[in-house]
Amino acid sequence: MTTRLYIANDSAADSVGAEAVAGAVNAELEARGLDVELVRTGSRGLYYLEPMIEVDWGSGRHAFGPVASHEVPALFDAGFHEGGEHALGLGLTEDIPYLAKQQRLTLARNGLTDPLSLDAYREHGGLNGLATAVAASPQDIVDAVRESGLRGRGGAAFPTGIKWQTVLDQTDEEKYIVCNADEGDSGTFADRMLMEGDPFCLLEGMTIAGIAVGAETGYIYLRSEYPDAHETLNQAIDIARTDGWLGNDIMGSGHRFDIEVRLGAGAYICGEETALLDSLEGKRGMVRFKPPLPAIAGLFAKPTVINNVITLASVPVILARGAAWYQDFGQGRSRGTITLQLAGNLKQPGLVEIAFGVTLREILEDFGGGSASGRPLRAVQLGGPLGAYVAADQFDTEMDYEELAKLGAMLGHGGIVAFDDTVDMSAQARFAMEFCAIESCGKCTPCRIGSTRGVEVIDRIRAGTDVSANLSLLTDLCETMEQGSLCAMGGLTPAPVMSALKRFPEDFASDLLPVSLVDHE
Amino acid sequence: MASVSVERLQELIEEHAHREGALLPLLHAIQSEWSYIPAEVVPPITRALKISRAEIQGVISFYHDFREQAPAGHRIAICRAESCQAVGARELEQQLTSRLGVGPGATTSDGRITVDPIYCFGNCACSPAVRINDQLHGRVTSERLDELLDSLV
Repeated sequence: MTTRLYIANDSAADSVGAEAVAGAVNAELEARGLDVELVRTGSRGLYYLEPMIEVDWGSGRHAFGPVASHEVPALFDAGFHEGGEHALGLGLTEDIPYLAKQQRLTLARNGLTDPLSLDAYREHGGLNGLATAVAASPQDIVDAVRESGLRGRGGAAFPTGIKWQTVLDQTDEEKYIVCNADEGDSGTFADRMLMEGDPFCLLEGMTIAGIAVGAETGYIYLRSEYPDAHETLNQAIDIARTDGWLGNDIMGSGHRFDIEVRLGAGAYICGEETALLDSLEGKRGMVRFKPPLPAIAGLFAKPTVINNVITLASVPVILARGAAWYQDFGQGRSRGTITLQLAGNLKQPGLVEIAFGVTLREILEDFGGGSASGRPLRAVQLGGPLGAYVAADQFDTEMDYEELAKLGAMLGHGGIVAFDDTVDMSAQARFAMEFCAIESCGKCTPCRIGSTRGVEVIDRIRAGTDVSANLSLLTDLCETMEQGSLCAMGGLTPAPVMSALKRFPEDFASDLLPVSLVDHE
Repeated sequence: MASVSVERLQELIEEHAHREGALLPLLHAIQSEWSYIPAEVVPPITRALKISRAEIQGVISFYHDFREQAPAGHRIAICRAESCQAVGARELEQQLTSRLGVGPGATTSDGRITVDPIYCFGNCACSPAVRINDQLHGRVTSERLDELLDSLV
């Protein structure tokens, strides 16, 4: 066989030089006249090893990384493309513990294939789910999704099958599938990785959703910070149409479904589903009152399935392998796998897809490798900017929806941002309020005004002004925001604030903490 | 960008006006054509989409991406969100501010560089992230930031 080299063209890999490494590899191949093929893939998600080069000379893929472009000639000098050893060698990619210990169900193809090669997609199991779907009844598809136990991976964890059933049950002629690709949480990048690395998987999942509920139009609402995903998705849509599994007659089944990508414009609140729908309609991204649920009156007041990228991208494998197979992973009411995204101050940041039930400690230590700085990890924010901070004595918690809820924490979209012991938790609490003030849509008062007052109150506490009274005020304000806000933006901003205050009171005021505050839940 | 070509604007409006929820795609198209949303585009959009001037202005001002003034030649953004904070983004921002004399949301006095306040590029596994014009840079150290700024100044 021809020797093949694989380098990610993922935007994060590129941000640390993958493009330059690919350029250097091409230059060497030409200069040395080697008959070696370079394939650009998505990223495996082992970002701490990016830029990574994988080599297959006939005995599986061997990884080398992280590679700087100036090291490329030495790799060729060592004959790394034909089994030669080099200090950057990591052995077989699949045997790297970080990857070997994962269960890649949804991101199974990421990093293996050219994202826009439909042949490669098919070779690796792509379109089997859609083939199953076109032969099934809509109700059978919805039943399979419900029985799989899949819950929304965007953060709210609502059972996907129930949402789809609601839309299927509506009699409207026009319905929509909307993919929420407004991945704005800091510490999350699974959606981006999948859209850049395996775009057909998302398109396949949306098409299955369309057939299941009787929708003919799908929109991907993509954040504007992801220009590479935009380009890749648009190309993938063209390819899928040309191939006949998107458009007027899906796989010759008579079903119609088409997809368009729409760009957001830099508003975090548009990740909230009803704000997203308003934005898609061409308006300000303002949160809507619920009810009506989007499943009943969503986009343009039509029944709408709105799901996160990872949720929709999990559907093809569920249809292809069966609901029973999928729900065999996980525990309790959290079935299947969760895509955890390791970020912040970790030695080995990256993507870990694994069955629910893994402990946070395993994620931080076995996968994350501890802090990047070498200092003790002190706090971890779970589930994005609206997620709680957890402290070191909570690291043995099992990662599933219910176990985290017991801590007052949430999995959200799976972001895990670690901080070492240099972090100032009152500054982090202040940031949570500040971010809410910047990104609030402004519709409800607790969020719009409460966040600004929150910044001011925390500033007074940090300055040592009337600390006890201001701590009580902050607690009260957080209760008001939590109880009185329309959506999760105002309703959950208190989570990082109060968890920081409860778990790390010494960062707010060294000795003045009232007992009642510690008891506040 | 001196003035808006009425013909080009009309082309863009015709290209997008028939789409569902046309306003955002149209504004994106206008901004990619003229690098900002010139005030004179609003009345023609009002007529084409049959929505009020207030609604259009409301949309332009709601979204952080849409600019009402032409930007500087170079644009730089240091991610301000948690993952990057955890590995020194606040310090990088201070370094940038002291070097350029302006912080996020402002343009240097010579009008050459605009600093954008951005929260998360989804590059969190390679934090801290800095974007210079359209190129994203990961794992940016203090030295690297200086090099990147040197290439602009």
